Amino acid sequence: MLNALLSGDLPRSRGLTLILLAILVGLAFAPFLFPGTRSLNTAATICVFIVLVASYDLLLGYTGVVSFAHTMFYGIGAYGVAIMLELWPASWGGILLGSLAGLAVSIALAFVIALFSLRVRAIFFAMVTLAVSSAFMILASQLSGLTGGEDGLSYRVPRELGPAFKLIDTEILGVKVDGRLLNYYLVFLASAGLVLLLLRFVNAPFGRVLQAIRENTFRAEAIGYRTVIYRTIAVCLSAGVASLAGSLMAIWLKYTGPDTTLSLTIMIDILLMLVIGGMGSIYGAVLGATLFILARNYLQNLMDIGASALGDLPLLPALIDPDRWLLWLGVLFILSVYFFPSGIVGRLRAGR
Amino acid sequence: MTDQTASQTETAAPRAPLSERFGKWVPYLLVPVFLILGYLLIGSGPTWATLTLAGLAMGMMIFVMASGLTLVFGLMDILNFGHGAFISIGAFVGATVLLSAGGWTGADSVLLNLGAVLPAMLAAMMVAGGLGYVFERVIVRPVYGAHLKQILVTMGGLIVAEELIRLIWGPDAIPLPRPEAFTGAWIFGMVAIEKYRVYSVILGLIIFLALLWVLGRTRTGLLIRAGVENGEMVEALGYRIRLIFILVFVAGSALAGLGGVMWGLYEQIITAQMGLDVLVLVFIVVIIGGLGSVHGCFIGALLVGLLANYTGYLMPKLALGSNILLMVAVLMWRPQGLLPINKQ
Repeated sequence: MLNALLSGDLPRSRGLTLILLAILVGLAFAPFLFPGTRSLNTAATICVFIVLVASYDLLLGYTGVVSFAHTMFYGIGAYGVAIMLELWPASWGGILLGSLAGLAVSIALAFVIALFSLRVRAIFFAMVTLAVSSAFMILASQLSGLTGGEDGLSYRVPRELGPAFKLIDTEILGVKVDGRLLNYYLVFLASAGLVLLLLRFVNAPFGRVLQAIRENTFRAEAIGYRTVIYRTIAVCLSAGVASLAGSLMAIWLKYTGPDTTLSLTIMIDILLMLVIGGMGSIYGAVLGATLFILARNYLQNLMDIGASALGDLPLLPALIDPDRWLLWLGVLFILSVYFFPSGIVGRLRAGR
Repeated sequence: MTDQTASQTETAAPRAPLSERFGKWVPYLLVPVFLILGYLLIGSGPTWATLTLAGLAMGMMIFVMASGLTLVFGLMDILNFGHGAFISIGAFVGATVLLSAGGWTGADSVLLNLGAVLPAMLAAMMVAGGLGYVFERVIVRPVYGAHLKQILVTMGGLIVAEELIRLIWGPDAIPLPRPEAFTGAWIFGMVAIEKYRVYSVILGLIIFLALLWVLGRTRTGLLIRAGVENGEMVEALGYRIRLIFILVFVAGSALAGLGGVMWGLYEQIITAQMGLDVLVLVFIVVIIGGLGSVHGCFIGALLVGLLANYTGYLMPKLALGSNILLMVAVLMWRPQGLLPINKQ
């Protein structure tokens, strides 16, 4: 049963199993274990980013294609829901239609980009996606009539997903069973489903071909696989899942703007999460996203305390200033590409 | 049978080189075609002249930044995302020198202004070049031959470099006023010609010609070109191709630093992430030109600069996507770029 659910890709390491279980339990019971708006928000963000990073792993880790347009697809999904909910406020139809529209646009766009750049050389893809996604970002802020420009869009979700809705009157373990709780479980279950779906894809024969292409494109082609077609499908798939992750984020946040969906900063975050967590394994994405977001939300406070404790020393306080945490992550990122290309998950699996 | 094929090849022979020769020149003709089309569409001489100059200036600046990247790719097969870091660092070092020159930049004397700008450019080139050396040794060298790791590692280098800039110079954008002699415009009748743009075009042209001279007329250039076509053979002939690698990498980084100063003076404001922003344009230019080709890079840069300014005037809404559209069109026509190099 478990084997079928995980598509035969078990964690294969005691440490990894424990960590994954902890993440699963933590996320599944987040509203009860960590009550409070901020921690629930963190948990939902972790859920969405696990999906987003896992879908990126399909490209970078499994196929060996570097894309810088992943946030673009994420943003398309988010804006799809946002625009539809702006048209039909607080409707389930808006959510459904928006997600589907975002999905369709993302896959179509991914297909066109893949066709143009993968046809020639796979490394074109990195450059072309960087160019396209930055143009898209400017476009989104220019078309303010549709997207709300720099301010973004705020909209209402269906009443059942808001704090005003009460499912049952009694409290469970001291937590009100309201729409916000429902909303969280919608995000959580959808994310879990998408992650399992991705696991299914990468462990199917299709995923094996992708890995073969990553290891040796020439040989994969010689065996008889049309590498361009496989790569294109991988690009479209990962764009589609990213778009759905964007829709989930839009439903959770009730706000969509360029900074929360499209910016290059998020793209770099995704890259860091995946490489530090471990490329080439969906569990790496789970680990990376969880650690990164927890660190961003809580470690920065620690750095702040450290920086003020060091007080008047020269340079040192500036080095551990919370705003400079990306510096350390960047260094960690470079080191992990050199020394642990399979990230934390790879280390855990090797050292069992 | 043999006679027949022989006669066929004979009749076909004169035709093929003609189309080949013509085909080779088509990319070069694109720039004049763009100029004429722009004139026809804009319809007003003075506006056209202003826009053309702006486009050429922008193109030249992008060329200065892109030439290093394309050579590094051609010679070493390295796609260096860290190139953006050299642009930013160059701009910040240049700005520091310029701002510390104090009165010299504000003085109404060309000599004093040059006395501030030239050291700024030299300092930017030296620091960016030195950083390039470190970058090559520490970050790029361990990952030769692995594209995926190269992209990741150089991107990591770019992130770290950006953060270091924020650490040293602070997180805010720094305004960078142009020196007196570079502000304002000459006015010929209806045409206003901005001085700084003229200077950028001249400097860009000098660098382009110097690059052509080095590549085409010197022994080092010969080795570089040979290395681009077939590095192993150059090594087998007894040349240490590693030294050529490093030389090109450092020179390319220095040019990126110089481009950063030029761009900073053009925009009159510098930020830590400007390198990544400009890098997008640089990539488009390099793809359009054909990875590794200096000529192609030059043409691509001019096309991108001209198109950005023409469409910015004609159809402001389209201006954002114009470069992408140009890239798509070029890739549809020539999937390897305008002037691809033949790798062995």
